Formats: sequence, structure tokens, C-alpha cells
Amino acid sequence: MKIHEYQGKELLRKFGVVVPRGVFCNSVDDAVKAAESLGGKVWVVKAQIHAGGRGKGGGVKVAKSLDEVRQYAGQILGMQLVTHQTGPVGQKVRRLLIEEGADIKKEYYVAALTDRATQKVAMMASSEGGMNIEEVAHNTPEKILKVFIDPAIGLTDAQASELANGIGVPAASVGKAVEALKGLYKCYMETDASLAEINPLILEGNGNIKALDAKFNFDGNALYRQQEIVAFRDLDEEDPDELEASKFDLTYIALDGNIGCLVNGAGLAMATMDTIKLFGAEPANFLDVGGGATTEKVTEAFKIMLKNPKVKGILVNIFGGIMRCDTIANGVVAAARETHLSVPLVVRMKGTNDDLGKQILKDSGLPIITADSMAEAATKIVAAVK
Amino acid sequence: MSILINKNTKIITQGITGKTGQFHTEKCQEYANGKNCFVAGVNPKKAGESIFDIPIFGSVKEAAKQTGATVSVIYVPPPGAAAAIWEAVEADLDLVICITEGIPVRDMLEVRNKMKKREAAGGKKTLLLGPNCPGVITPDEVKIGIMPGHIHKKGRIGVVSRSGTLTYEAVGQLTEIGLGQSTAVGIGGDPINGLKHIDIMRMFNDDPDTDAVIMIGEIGGPDEADAAVWCKANMKKPIVGFIAGVTAPAGKRMGHAGALISGGADTANAKLAIMEECGFTVTRDPSEMGKLLKALIK
Repeated sequence: MKIHEYQGKELLRKFGVVVPRGVFCNSVDDAVKAAESLGGKVWVVKAQIHAGGRGKGGGVKVAKSLDEVRQYAGQILGMQLVTHQTGPVGQKVRRLLIEEGADIKKEYYVAALTDRATQKVAMMASSEGGMNIEEVAHNTPEKILKVFIDPAIGLTDAQASELANGIGVPAASVGKAVEALKGLYKCYMETDASLAEINPLILEGNGNIKALDAKFNFDGNALYRQQEIVAFRDLDEEDPDELEASKFDLTYIALDGNIGCLVNGAGLAMATMDTIKLFGAEPANFLDVGGGATTEKVTEAFKIMLKNPKVKGILVNIFGGIMRCDTIANGVVAAARETHLSVPLVVRMKGTNDDLGKQILKDSGLPIITADSMAEAATKIVAAVK
Repeated sequence: MSILINKNTKIITQGITGKTGQFHTEKCQEYANGKNCFVAGVNPKKAGESIFDIPIFGSVKEAAKQTGATVSVIYVPPPGAAAAIWEAVEADLDLVICITEGIPVRDMLEVRNKMKKREAAGGKKTLLLGPNCPGVITPDEVKIGIMPGHIHKKGRIGVVSRSGTLTYEAVGQLTEIGLGQSTAVGIGGDPINGLKHIDIMRMFNDDPDTDAVIMIGEIGGPDEADAAVWCKANMKKPIVGFIAGVTAPAGKRMGHAGALISGGADTANAKLAIMEECGFTVTRDPSEMGKLLKALIK
């Protein structure tokens, strides 16, 4: 689960990381009032969407007067902000953060994430702040420093200083950088984050260290014990179809192709998508119906797939283990009837009671095409939509 | 022979009284030598009672002491699952199989680091399979987990995979063309887990009753590449490899918590390339896994 920058900064502040003073708002008038209340001569108007690269897309502007605050807030609020993370359609800006300006002497990058290879939390830091860190990692990997943290001990002063010194924080400010890094680590652990990134972390003229941005991602498995984080959830930023699917315990992700697919199990679902591509078409979605695929779940899955106007055919691929193929077949027939299915449907069922399942499909009188292997199913659905 | 488990394995079920635990314990008991293998359950509130003729103990330690069990399987719900793993480790078991899906990553980080420290300090090495996995089966001997027993057939092919139904797919293909399995292992779809592909490949390499292996992976993480590099230098048996997720977009979690492309090296194409370089027979058509393997051992 993702949150907005202003929410991330609230968290960081709570864990002792210094952030600029700022006010969250959702109208142009409030933006101007916010700037007035903050005082000073320079403000930053920042679009709040759940995607990075906002600056390049025109979603972050520095205003040098209240008139400019009004002008930029008006431009940014309501715009379709396109960044490298939003896709070509972009994301509508509904919220703004107005912040006091900062006296930037140097920009750094710091982040915490869970490292699969070492099974530890990695704290990363780089002197190349403000940049696209994937590019830094690719072009100059030596400029990214990492320490690995034992969860029983936490980030030590020695590790934090090693990072701060390593990225060139001036000696007088190392203590402050250490505090920021330790705060970031503590915040990461206590909120069950899966990514916590500050880019940039800045050195100000007066030697202070401040987080100018905050990007968080949280472990979905831990949300049951993170009520404060769950309260930050902004449904406007999430895909409405994925959201609808999750209500029925379905995992759905929309893709660009025209063959909808419904599968049990995440690995088999990906393998099915890959097979569709291998036989000459593109999958329209990832959809895992999980273990207990009831008639209701299958029907909802059909409805969600068919909402996508690009879908020209559906491939159902079920490996019946504990879940029996006859149960699934009944679900598929009911779903096809209820949704008045008008696109070709290929069903491939294997495993427990597959013969019974195929008979149910045949007896339904619906034009359902059956297949024995994934390759055969893919060939048939690709031919049917051409 | 086989790897990890056989007909003589004695098993404790943690979470035996829950709905999932009950359902699968009954299925596991019905399979092959299951009646003799599943010897204990654990639930502190129901110690002294029994379920399906299996005695329930107050703790894993007590269950192991009374029954001589060396393996446990966990169906405990996510909030208590990592603690259940640790309890089994502290009871000095040989192997813990955690079926539970949805354990917070932080809990797994903590328990894995505690396990490694315990081992480094000279404690007994307890293997962990999973979490978020279907379990492990040695056909016609014993099944521990949630896989459908009847699709398996006793034989000499090893199967290892992160995904449940994709493991069944491979097993189903093998059985259909007459090739049985020595052991089929699901290592699970979570980012922080126990045994990895490399560990299972080592075991299959050392198992005199395994002739060849199907290794299945998916996008996300370094595990398949690590295993491939190891196999290139050490593996004496032919391997068919498949990676799911060629069409998966970057940055999206594809069902499994660990199935997330986060860089250039953990895409399906990158993994297929390194596996091919390391001598695997790789395929992009998952319908072909069984057929390809058959061609290799002829």
C-alpha cells in the first residue's frame, strides 16, 4: 500500500526526522492561505499523487510570491500528471502540499528496504540525491552505499555514521544525518514498510539535515496491525477495478492486451499470460481467483474482466486440486449466463473431476470451447478472437 | 530414497484444530502412510484431547518429546505463524513446513535472523520450508501440505517451484506421460523464506533416486539465478527450467508477495537467460515441461 508525500512526512516527523513546515490542501484558496500562514518569501507547490517523477512532469513548482502560489496551485490542481511511473494517461491531481522553501546546499539519497538475498533490512545512501536512483544504480553503482541491519540490534550509530561520512556529509552535520537515518530505520520497522525513501535528503546552509520528499510502500500482509497507516489509504489513487476485485478476494491487475484470463494460483496465472503471448496475442489482465473459487467469485471475476472494453475473448485455466473441476465448471456456466457473455470463451481444466467438469460445460448448451493443455487453450482463444 | 521426507517421517501439526489445519490433516492422513506419519498436534488450550485419533499436546517441545516427531507443519494464522516457526526451531526439529500465507515480512525477517544466529552459535540447524507454500510430497509415502495427492506418482523426477498450482501443473504433466516423482517441493511465494531453489537442487543432486529435475521459478528476487550458477558448477543431473512472468509488468506485485520485478536482473527473461547459460533446458511454453524432461532422460 502506498501513501502520499505529506502523509509520509507526518510519519517521518513522528520518528524524529526533520521535514519542512508544510500544509496539505485541496483548493487554490486554501493553498494561498497555507502559504500566508507559513510566511516567508518562497514556497513550494507540490502535487500529491502516488507516483514518483512529479517534478519532471510539472507537478512541483517553486513560487516566489503569493500570486505565483495561486497561479501554480491552479495549474497543478486537477491536471492529469504524467510521470514515468503513472503510464501515459497520468494521474489526476486532487491534493496539494504547500511547503516553506528550503536553502539547499547539497542533495543526498537515503532509503530503507528489505533485502531478499541477505534477509536483512538494507539502508542505502548516495551522494547523488535528487536524481533518478535507478540510473545512478545502473551507471555508477559505486555511488550507492549500503549497510545491512540485524533486526534484533537495529541501525547502529557506527553504521549510520559510515553512511553519512561515506556520502560526504560535512563533519559538523554528521550527527544530524545519523539522527535522520536512525529515525528513518525506526519508522520503516515500526510501520511495517516495504520501502521508505527520502530523495532528496538535503543539507541546508545552516548545516541542518532535512527530508524534502518521502516515499513509502507498506507490506500488505501487516496492515491488520497498522491502523494508522490504513487510515492514510487514498482510494482515489488506486485502480477502481483492482479495488473492486480485492473486495471479492480476487487479485486482478489490468494489462494492455485483449485476452482476459482467469486462473487459480499466482504462478499458474502468470504462466497462462505468458502462454497467450507465446501463441501470438496479449493478455488483458492478471487474475488469480485463489483457492476457494465459488460461483459468486467466478461471476465477479467475469464481470471485472468484461468491464475492460479491450477484452475480445476469455481463457479460463484451472488446475483442480482441492478445488474440484465440476465446482468450477458450474461457476463458469453460471457466470457466462449471468454476464450474457458475448465473447469467445475457452476453458482448460485439469485435475480432480476434470471429466465431470467438461461434461457440465458441454451440457450447458453454451458455446464454450474446451482444451486439454495450456498451449491448446491459448491456440484456440487466439484463433477465436482473430 | 527421496529428499526431506519419507514414509518413516513423524510429523507434528501446529494449528491442527483450526479449519484449514483440520481439513488438510485429514487429507494428509488419508494419503499413503499418512496415518502412521501424523503423530501429534499442538494447541496449548486443548492439550490432552485428540483429533482424528491424533493426540494434541500443549507445546511443540512436548509433542516431539512424547512422539519422537522431527518435522512440523504449520497452519497457524498469519499473526501467530512466525512465533509458531520459532517454537518449532526451539524444539530442535529437523524441518518446519509453514503453509500459512500472509505473514508480515517483518515477522519473517526477525525469525529468520534469530534462526541464523541460533545456528551460528552452535544450535541445531532446523530447515524451514515456506512460508506461503503448498508443502512437500514424496509420492506413495507421505504428503505434508495442501497439494492434491492423487495427481502424483512414485518415480525418479524431482520438482521444485515457488508456486502451488504451477507445481501441480508440472507434476500432472509428468504423471500423464508416465514419469513419477521422487519428491515435489513447493518453496513458497514470499520474499523472505527458508529453503531456496539452490538448497533443494543440492538435495536432488545428492539423492540417488532422483534422475532429473524440473525447476520452476517466477519474477522477483535472485534465487533462481543463484541456483542456476550453482547447478552449472555442481549439478550432475539434467534440468528443465521454466520462469513465469515474461508478460508481467515491472513494479506490480503479481499475487505472490515476492513476485515483483524491482530491477533488471529479476525479470523472467533475465532468469531464463542465465538458466540457459548454466546448462538448463529452458522453455517458454509451460505445457512442454514434462515432454522436454522425458526427452532429456532418454
